Amino acid sequence: MKTIALLTFAAATIGAPSGPTKPVAAPLSVVATTPDLASLAKAIGGNAVEVKALAKPTEDAHFVDAKPSHIVTLNRADVLIEGGAELELGWLPPLLESSRNSKIASGAPGRIVASTGITMKEKPVSFDRSKGDVHALGNPHFLVDPLNAKIVAANIADHLSRVAPASASTFKANLATFNAAVDAKLAEWQKQLAPSKGARIVTYHKDFVYLAERFGLEIVETLEPKPGIAPSPSHLAQVIATMRSQNAKVIIVQPYQNRKTAETVARQTGATVLDISQQPGAIKGTDTYIDLMDHVVRTLVNGLQGDK
Amino acid sequence: MNIGFSGLVDAGWSSTADVQSLQRGDHDPSVRGFTVPNAEITLDGAVDPYFKGFVNVVYKIDAEGESATELEEAYVLTSSLPSNLQLKVGQFFTEFGRQNQQHPHSWAFVDQPLVLNRMFGPDGMRGQGARLSWLVPTSFYTEAMVSVLNSLGETMFSFRSEESSEIHGGVPVERNVNNAGDLVVVPRLATSFDLTETQTLLLGVSGAFGPNNSGESSSSRVFGADMYWKWKSATAAQGFPFFSVQGEYLNRSYDAEERWDAADPYFSRLPSETLKDRGAYAQLLWGVRPRIVAGFRGDWADGNDAAFDSELRAKRVRLSPNFTYYPSEFSKVRLQYNFDDRKGIGRDHSLWLQFEFILGAHAAHRF
Repeated sequence: MKTIALLTFAAATIGAPSGPTKPVAAPLSVVATTPDLASLAKAIGGNAVEVKALAKPTEDAHFVDAKPSHIVTLNRADVLIEGGAELELGWLPPLLESSRNSKIASGAPGRIVASTGITMKEKPVSFDRSKGDVHALGNPHFLVDPLNAKIVAANIADHLSRVAPASASTFKANLATFNAAVDAKLAEWQKQLAPSKGARIVTYHKDFVYLAERFGLEIVETLEPKPGIAPSPSHLAQVIATMRSQNAKVIIVQPYQNRKTAETVARQTGATVLDISQQPGAIKGTDTYIDLMDHVVRTLVNGLQGDK
Repeated sequence: MNIGFSGLVDAGWSSTADVQSLQRGDHDPSVRGFTVPNAEITLDGAVDPYFKGFVNVVYKIDAEGESATELEEAYVLTSSLPSNLQLKVGQFFTEFGRQNQQHPHSWAFVDQPLVLNRMFGPDGMRGQGARLSWLVPTSFYTEAMVSVLNSLGETMFSFRSEESSEIHGGVPVERNVNNAGDLVVVPRLATSFDLTETQTLLLGVSGAFGPNNSGESSSSRVFGADMYWKWKSATAAQGFPFFSVQGEYLNRSYDAEERWDAADPYFSRLPSETLKDRGAYAQLLWGVRPRIVAGFRGDWADGNDAAFDSELRAKRVRLSPNFTYYPSEFSKVRLQYNFDDRKGIGRDHSLWLQFEFILGAHAAHRF
């Protein structure tokens, strides 16, 4: 069976090197660099797409290995969704070079840059690495703001419709459903977090900036002294002092960040370490974007307002 | 266009004053004291919708303190050939094995593996030519490629190199390119599997076939097998912790014709003979925690008996533990100890400290 599938695939690849003339029945192969983008693609594409993420949900998207299996995945993709803003700079370019797939070449309808249309925060005025591994195009962790997720979803729907015009009405309908769900949920999330407005929090990396602004939280420190630079004892001493003076009682860490460092700081400040993932699937029951944001908000509410 | 610069500075000491006999690589630390073995400018970007271009220019200061420049690589790569094909044309590191294609700044040790030095010379094998690659449409990664290259020059060490006396002991002859058989052909097949979610294995076999200049019609054959295995934690922080094993085995059959003995070029002839060399290295890297890597490499190389003596063909074993600290992605500090045992010469000890810095774009690393 496998052999037949392989031969069919070989024939298809060799016979039809490019072009959007795909039978309606075959789902589009959509590859997303990260699971959060993949969850949006699933929401918009529905049954008309098959979605695969390159990064694991528990993995730091800055440091994915350019494994050869990703070359094969990209070689067969009809659509590629990347975060943009240099998030995947350390591993995507050589994979794309080797994938030799013109359908997902820069500028092709099959190439979606998620950061397009997003108002990027922390865009450096001058590019200077003494400030750490700052992304020249701004902070790439923008999807934790639900309004940004709507922008990305619209962008995905637009590109999918161009690649598979026959399914355009499906994508449009799915986008409307997704937007309605986000709008309804956003009101709910804002209500849940309203009592915590102005709460001071600490994060490991600068990865919750967009979330904090949307929900009125104040990030007073990051455990990393500068983006991508490991926490030093002197910097942590400063973090502890700030947390005490500002009464910050919560430290957020993602699965791939050093929880032990956060625990040490938490012990000295009486704070709570909150495990929050921005990637669907890293924590059980968070497979869709809405489920993921439910987890993010619930964990924050529990941490900031005590278990209810 | 991406513009980047990478600079390497070495400092250290060896128990032999003739450090260059020990550290034969062009980008190795080569003297007691300080060496600046590699300062490299890299340019890359899309040429147009059809090609990508890559240029590496290397500046270095040799053991005598003289500055030297070399055009390490300058090539274009097609981006839209049909049928999963890809063509590379220009001057480039030959795709033979694993490390030969890597630039010194991405090496895990301060020096070139012994076997690569013996087979491909101090600079590795690179030259002017073209490479055609086919991504085989299998469910797992398989890439078949073949390079065709000019056979002349010091970076074609096993072929028509002016330095070939070190291999065959004779006086190199001048020979022309009379037909396509006088070019070097390098086929390679590579395949890779994800053993689990966190483990990946990459395997390759390569060959290099072409004329050598021990005589008018002599030729060389190099075969190689390479492997790379890596485990990386599913919750890796900045890519750590990880564990990796890399190994390569190479062997060469060098058909030497009857030739004038380089040690006595007017009176003594060396008999025709097939010189067989082989060697391997294996290196283990342990990414202990973010920014810290501990490494260990074992090197071995040997050659069969011949009618002449060459230090470059005698049995040699080297053991190299090292330790690397990366303050950020753009700098590193590495400490390496080398224990050397050269047959007929004896044992040596060396200690090297290496510092690297990167400005501008940092090209992404391949797997």
